[in-house]
Amino acid sequence: MTPFLHFNQVRKTYGDIHAVDQVDLSIRKGEFFSLLGPSGCGKTTLLRMVAGFERPDVGRILLEGVDITDLPPNRRKVNTIFQNYALFPHLSVWENIAFGLRVAKRPAAEIKSAVDAMIDLIQLNAHARKKPSQISGGQKQRVAIARALINQPDVLLLDEPLAALDLKLRQRMLLELDQIHDQVGITFVYVTHDQGEAMSLSDRIAVMNHGRIEQLGAPAEIYETPNSSFVAAFIGDSNFFDGVVTELIEPDYCRLRIDGFPDVMCYNDKRKQRGDLVHLSVRPEKFRLSLDPPPNEARANCVRGRVAEVVYLGAQTKFLVHVQEYRLAITQQHSRFLLDQKPIRWEDEVWIWWHADDGYMLDRYSQTDEELLEMPAG
Amino acid sequence: MSSHDHPGARRQTVAEWLLTAAPFTWLFILFVIPTALVFAIAFKPSDPWGGVGAGWTLETVRSLRNPNYPAIIWRTLWISAVTTVSCIALALPCGYYIARAPYRWRRLLVLLTVIPFWTSFLIRIFAWKVLLHPDGYVKRALVFLRLADADAILLYHAGTVLLVMIYTLLPFAILPIYAAAERFDFRLVEAARDLGASRWRAFRQIFLPGIRRGLLTAVLMVLIPSLGMYIIPDIVGGTRSEMIGNKIAQRTFVDRNLPHASALSASLTLAVMAPMLWVLYMQGRRRGETRP
Repeated sequence: MTPFLHFNQVRKTYGDIHAVDQVDLSIRKGEFFSLLGPSGCGKTTLLRMVAGFERPDVGRILLEGVDITDLPPNRRKVNTIFQNYALFPHLSVWENIAFGLRVAKRPAAEIKSAVDAMIDLIQLNAHARKKPSQISGGQKQRVAIARALINQPDVLLLDEPLAALDLKLRQRMLLELDQIHDQVGITFVYVTHDQGEAMSLSDRIAVMNHGRIEQLGAPAEIYETPNSSFVAAFIGDSNFFDGVVTELIEPDYCRLRIDGFPDVMCYNDKRKQRGDLVHLSVRPEKFRLSLDPPPNEARANCVRGRVAEVVYLGAQTKFLVHVQEYRLAITQQHSRFLLDQKPIRWEDEVWIWWHADDGYMLDRYSQTDEELLEMPAG
Repeated sequence: MSSHDHPGARRQTVAEWLLTAAPFTWLFILFVIPTALVFAIAFKPSDPWGGVGAGWTLETVRSLRNPNYPAIIWRTLWISAVTTVSCIALALPCGYYIARAPYRWRRLLVLLTVIPFWTSFLIRIFAWKVLLHPDGYVKRALVFLRLADADAILLYHAGTVLLVMIYTLLPFAILPIYAAAERFDFRLVEAARDLGASRWRAFRQIFLPGIRRGLLTAVLMVLIPSLGMYIIPDIVGGTRSEMIGNKIAQRTFVDRNLPHASALSASLTLAVMAPMLWVLYMQGRRRGETRP
């Protein structure tokens, strides 16, 4: 597919901080694209460059092949949904939505029918004459969406649009956003620090850190095969072990030495060599946990540990298990009636095992493990 | 919502009354009573010693029909109106840019705005007299730049009064506008620009309504002192740029006719209160709209 919105070697510096550093990125037409990362990673700066509120120091931004880098915000066919909606407080809901059309000097009759139709669509007929301060957060959100979409932009930019809502409402708006995207077919660029939002909505995600794109790919790709420990820690939870490659086995597997563990076997898609230092990363739900020794399986890794904490969450239970000096986070899904099994309790000695394919090796990263642990992973 | 349904609410109402009693008494003694006295004296006869005579009379109020007054009132109104409009027009960009300046600059710029207040008001007006004097720097500079004739007179006419009034009252317009602009959420301007509005349109349709309370305050802060101003026309104005304030001062200090001064003063008070009450009414109505 042809690139629709294209960033070409874009860089922006504030003082000595690279807010955006050498970003090369192509977003496809009609795509739901997310920029995901911790605060200060440059995702909002990148978005504001598309809107026209920031100008890159170096590099160009192209929309449908046209260079828009130097266009003022009002000359771009791009609309934004702001973090706190930025609804005009002195105008009614109806006038807020009509604003873009009025500025474009559309005939009054056309404005009226378009705004009325939009208000029908967002189901705010009863509130059309109210001021933004008189409606709820979710309603404001919908007004903001309507106000942007009525201009039929080429790209809709969303700057953490759900951050101000409470959890239940956030989940509902998430579905609504997804439906709206399906209906209008406009390219959405969505900025968020919430990996859950990004995962559930996006066609593709760019994970950003320190102004750079760490990884670009479909949600499943990023979750299952993160290419750095930053991505692994930021997207979902992960258990990290420091290891050294000791032996290559068969074409695709290798053996790792991890202090205090028996030798661990791991899938070696990254073609690591003997003596390479790696992080081994295993997702909490990839571990299996039992009181009895596991069935003998090829390419399974197995260790013993002591349960330190049990958190029952209904659909699943989270365990913290001590193995040597490591504390493993393990999640077990309850796909069967819980009381059929002998429950695993606090202080129990347990077996933990995982398949060699379920662990993946990452380069040892410059960031310390402590920093990774502080990531707001969901 | 009714707050009288339970005994706690009544106690709260009593407390509210007690709390408002102090400022209310203060206002009553220092504002309502003096104003009432001024209005009352307007209906008293004068006595030859500069005091107030016994009994009541409409004589003074009738004397306001003197054909000189309409011209003076008209001049007072237009000088005040032009002063107010000019001050707002100058204060808007100032307030806007001070509010947009980086934080450490902001405080410096506000300080610069109020620095003139550290010099006596009278001295600053006399300074203008020196500047605009036929041998003053301004005059010489204008002649040098061929913007004025050598025999042009810069002092002692309505234009001079206007210039010095704008100079004097400008900070009173800048400060409330700046205060409102600083609280204004400039993301709204971004939102307007994002929706296709030009800079000017975003300024007019989003920024100005957003700071309307500051604007109204600025209008009052300039308009009211303008209407009552007498020192500036007295010092830099001539006989043909007298304002109503000058007449009041004249009746009080020269003619020693207190009832006449009171009558003029009362009519000025009414003229000043009318716009103020209108503004308060408008603000109250706006508040009612946004917070039902």
